[in-house]
Amino acid sequence: MADSPQRIDRPLSPHLQIYRPLFTMMMSIVHRITGVGLYFGTAILVWWLLAAATSPSAFESFRAVAGSPIGLIVLFGYTWALLHHALGGVRHFIWDFIHGFGPKERILLAKATLAGSVALTVILWVVGLVVKG
Amino acid sequence: MSNTPSSGHAPMRTALGRVRGLGSARSGTDHFFKQRVTGLANLVLMIAFIGIVICLAGASYATTRAILGNPFVAVIMLLTLLSVTTHMRIGMQVVIEDYVHSEALKVLLIVANTFFSIAIALAGAFAVLKISLGG
Repeated sequence: MADSPQRIDRPLSPHLQIYRPLFTMMMSIVHRITGVGLYFGTAILVWWLLAAATSPSAFESFRAVAGSPIGLIVLFGYTWALLHHALGGVRHFIWDFIHGFGPKERILLAKATLAGSVALTVILWVVGLVVKG
Repeated sequence: MSNTPSSGHAPMRTALGRVRGLGSARSGTDHFFKQRVTGLANLVLMIAFIGIVICLAGASYATTRAILGNPFVAVIMLLTLLSVTTHMRIGMQVVIEDYVHSEALKVLLIVANTFFSIAIALAGAFAVLKISLGG
């Protein structure tokens, strides 16, 4: 189409091959990755519930795996993913109501999500370990 | 698609009325809205859920069963399972639709997604009910 008007550079959806990495874009990608991680992590929750419903030995098998170093690392990662995805969801709620789209606000919101998720994860594990004794 | 239903009567609603707001997927903003409603529910339920999990971290078989068998805790767990599995099913479907471009594989994965989400929901709910109702 030779006479079509000159192409206007409109903003595009975040796309790895088109956009250079931006902070908010990386946070969007991490939101999706944590969502996928949480999806498969629900199997751990159900394993725990089924083990408690089955027998003491089934429950001990779960406890042995969950309490192992690898188990604890996975559960720590799962805690962070859950909190990061939850706070990311709050950020999206704010955006859904058309707030926080300014250049400073959106960066601030993204930073708050990241800082909040890391801080809350550490706090929860400290509280958890104190409760456990 | 024909405008005339199998009964032979002319439809009450116009063609425009039937498709307005539904878009190419025929479901309109259903998923969008459900994802936000379950997201909000997840946020509220997660606070109670984290409290329960912290109480039960490293707990024995007997303690775990006693706490999970508490009606209040059991209802929180059931609501969490319902809301979370609905949310994760929609979320994973969006991911599949975004990245899987082969039509056959896409349909297959969306069906697998449905199976997994419902299996998680039912297995979790069954375990909670079995503990609660004493078995």
